Amino acid sequence: MNPQLLQLICFYAFGFVTVAAALSVISLKNTVHAVLALVLTFFSSACLWMLLDAEFLALALIVVYVGAVMVLFLFVVMMLDIDQEEMREGFVKFLPVGLFVALVMLVEMVGLIGVRAMHAQVLGADPAAADGMSNTAWLGQALYTRFLLPFEIAALILTVGVVAAVVLTLRERRDARHESPAQQVKVNPRDRVRLVKMAAVRPAAPAALENDAAQEPRP
Amino acid sequence: MISLAHYIVLGAVLFCIAVAGLFINRKNVIVLLMSIELMLLAVNMNFVAFSRFLGDVSGQVFVFFILTVAAAEAAIGLAILVLLFRNRSTINIADIDSMKG
Amino acid sequence: MGLSTSILLTIALAPLVGCVLAGFLGKFIGRAGSHSVTILGVAISCALSFYVLYQLTLGGAEVYNQNLYTWFQIGQLNASVGFLVDRLTAMMLVVVSFVSLLVHVYTIGYMADDDGYMRFFSYISLFTFSMFMLVMSNNFVQLFFGWEAVGLVSYLLIGFWYKRPTAIFANLKAFLVNRVGDFGFLLGIAAVLYFLHTLDYATAFGAAPGLIGKTLQITAGTHWDAATVICICLFIGAMGKSAQVPLHVWLPDSMEGPTPISALIHAATMVTAGIFMVARMSPLFELSPAALSFVLVIGATTALFTGLIGIVQNDIKRVIAYSTLSQLGYMTVALGVSMYSGAVFHLMTHAFFKALLFLGAGSVIIAMHHEQDMRYMGGLRKYMPITWITMWIGSLALVAVPFTSGFYSKDAIIEAVGLSHRWGAHYAYFCVMAGALVTGLYTFRQMYLTFHGKERFTVLEQHGHGHHDDHGHHEPGVLAHAPKESPWVVTLPLVLLAIPSLLVGFFTVGPVLFGNWFGTAIHVDEANNVLGELGQEFHGSLAMALHGFTQLPFVLVLIAFISCTYIYVFNPAMAGKIKSTLKPLWTVLDRKYWVDEVYFAIFARGGVRLGRLFWKVGDTAVIDDSMVNGSVSLIHRIAAAVRRLQSGYLYHYAFAMILGLILLLGGYWLFGSGPIGAVLAGQ
Repeated sequence: MNPQLLQLICFYAFGFVTVAAALSVISLKNTVHAVLALVLTFFSSACLWMLLDAEFLALALIVVYVGAVMVLFLFVVMMLDIDQEEMREGFVKFLPVGLFVALVMLVEMVGLIGVRAMHAQVLGADPAAADGMSNTAWLGQALYTRFLLPFEIAALILTVGVVAAVVLTLRERRDARHESPAQQVKVNPRDRVRLVKMAAVRPAAPAALENDAAQEPRP
Repeated sequence: MISLAHYIVLGAVLFCIAVAGLFINRKNVIVLLMSIELMLLAVNMNFVAFSRFLGDVSGQVFVFFILTVAAAEAAIGLAILVLLFRNRSTINIADIDSMKG
Repeated sequence: MGLSTSILLTIALAPLVGCVLAGFLGKFIGRAGSHSVTILGVAISCALSFYVLYQLTLGGAEVYNQNLYTWFQIGQLNASVGFLVDRLTAMMLVVVSFVSLLVHVYTIGYMADDDGYMRFFSYISLFTFSMFMLVMSNNFVQLFFGWEAVGLVSYLLIGFWYKRPTAIFANLKAFLVNRVGDFGFLLGIAAVLYFLHTLDYATAFGAAPGLIGKTLQITAGTHWDAATVICICLFIGAMGKSAQVPLHVWLPDSMEGPTPISALIHAATMVTAGIFMVARMSPLFELSPAALSFVLVIGATTALFTGLIGIVQNDIKRVIAYSTLSQLGYMTVALGVSMYSGAVFHLMTHAFFKALLFLGAGSVIIAMHHEQDMRYMGGLRKYMPITWITMWIGSLALVAVPFTSGFYSKDAIIEAVGLSHRWGAHYAYFCVMAGALVTGLYTFRQMYLTFHGKERFTVLEQHGHGHHDDHGHHEPGVLAHAPKESPWVVTLPLVLLAIPSLLVGFFTVGPVLFGNWFGTAIHVDEANNVLGELGQEFHGSLAMALHGFTQLPFVLVLIAFISCTYIYVFNPAMAGKIKSTLKPLWTVLDRKYWVDEVYFAIFARGGVRLGRLFWKVGDTAVIDDSMVNGSVSLIHRIAAAVRRLQSGYLYHYAFAMILGLILLLGGYWLFGSGPIGAVLAGQ
């Protein structure tokens, strides 16, 4: 079988899945199902990127997006008690408007792309392979040389994102009891224990105290 | 045989689906966020395709950065969402109008 | 041999240093420190001024004309600070510094218990500095600076007692009237720059003959002689500063200021700045007979009609103020007949005797516990003999009794006017001649009312310590103590001024008036030289004085003396009778020809009405309501409309974004460079 034809078949298959899954994302009633449909969209997109020989990004999409971000989505969706029916309000009412706007945009975009002329643009050979290296090495070489500063900044952005997410969601529970290790460490024995010197004489117990103690039920 | 047009048109279709999603799910913030993820995916699709077509690594590097920023954005967006829900017990956008002029 | 620059700079700057020290450090150096430092500054200037005069007169020094510092330069307009010191300047320097020094000393006594003591000394030193800058200037810009600076100090000092409403009113009036004059002056300077392309005296006067035949087209079809326009504009400035009719109204009111100021600024020096300026500009004025006729008529009118008002005044300072106006009129008349040196000569003698009269009046006012109304005086001669004698000397000089300095200057002016053929000279001759009689009337009346006759005040006996001498809060004519002679700081200046008032004319009239003493400082056309004509009959000052006894002016003074003596000494009831007989005339004079009323009605009311119009229409309606509040309400309305777009709903904003994207894509579709595929294919 012609490998190019096989590629084309693969493209149409994954492309169909991608579009179908994307449509499900926006139309499914249950948000959990929608998130799962989004996972499918990302997954099939990753396959499409494989077809473009962008292996690193395809795998990164699956690992980062599907593995981390989508799980985060799922967490949030399941954690929040959302009234599904309320969320669906206006779905039917705005469906025609949404479809109309989307269609107008699609027509404009496709017209601007110029499908017929674009179709003539055949993808060439894999540029990474032409340079004699794998896609990952090709990308990594660019990232660590030309794009080193943006790369560092991206790392910074991620850190800030983590900190921001924690700061936003951290809730100090004032009613909960918890121990303070810092104070525990700093404690001084003299604050806790006082040694008192006294004569070894047993004082006579006061009568009133005896009475009170007697009335109290003993555990 | 796959041409550039296939990927570009696919990206356009994904983008338009995302736009439609913004319109018809106007109450559910989570679906809105997911629509935005779809838009980013469409853009990424274009970047990757052009990178391959032009033999230029910059497109793929850009996708890498977009993934980074999108991940951070999703994390913060969801954190805000959690906070919002905690404070107002709803994520209905129709109730969130304190920016009204 | 030339004059040293450092000496001239010291003359100008010594009073400024005194002013700064007394003004800014007055609290630290105290009263004695303030008056010491300012008097020292002025004394240095005075001594050096005498030295400069000596050098220029007997030491054979050249005229000093040098730019010291470039203030600014704009195109051809070069404004420098520079000194032109010739004999004219030197005489002014001596007069100004001498009178200023004596006034400084006098002030120690006069202002002894005033709260603004240091401030006052600072002001008068600043004035002295400004006046030096004015007279020593070698260009029009510095002249204008000095001109405005002396004006400024004048306003400051008229309003010195700024808590008195009358002082504030007088201050404002002086300021406004001087604005009119200064506007003309500035126009004149601008015209000089326009026609002569320079503001330097020497260059401008050198180029002045080129003005002949030049005209200025002010409105279509009218051609004005350039020299006439320049001179009349400059003279309007002099009219404001030297208080000539019709801009004379501020000077009598300026008597609200302390008396030393009246002597220094409003009699001896500042008001004569206009006379000095015209004398300095003689090369320009000589080009325009029309302007000189204008000067002549204005001066003559001032000389006679303001003197007439003086006859009916009761305030001792106001009488002297009107007499000053009248004498300034004489000087202006002298300028009008091209007798510049005569004007300056009269300026000098007048400075001495008028300062003397003012300071004497101040001495009387101290003795009378700040009572200035002559109707409550009388018989003061036995209480204050020095003031009495010195004021009589000043009065004799004022009425031009032969041998006094006033005689030489004034008689020469009257004679010169008689000889002049300029248009208006006959009118002027009548005015100055009648003015001599009027001068006699008000002067003798004032002297008699003040020093002679019965005492018209009562002296309260001291009732223990409970009664304090509070100035200004007593009944008119009731004094807490008997009047007594003033302290030596007050009488010493009187004596020192009495000497030149008597003698300076006798010794200087020959060289100054007839000996071409001023040299090149003053330029007179041969055709206009009445003074030269007069000089042919001059055979020494002794002969001139003896001749003066036979002349009409002296006869008029004699008539005035006799009638005043009769009215005020022998028959005091006569004055009231004359007043009721000539009631209409008296009213006219008492109301000062209603000039103030007319000005008030036209300019003040008109100004208020115009201001109200601008306020109501311009400010309230146009600026406030339509521009400021209008733009506010416009923005408010726009914002109210735009605010509806801000629904606060996320999906509305998203929709707007998408809509923008669609429009953008549509724009590319319509106006872009075609589909991307085609562009790629074209590569």
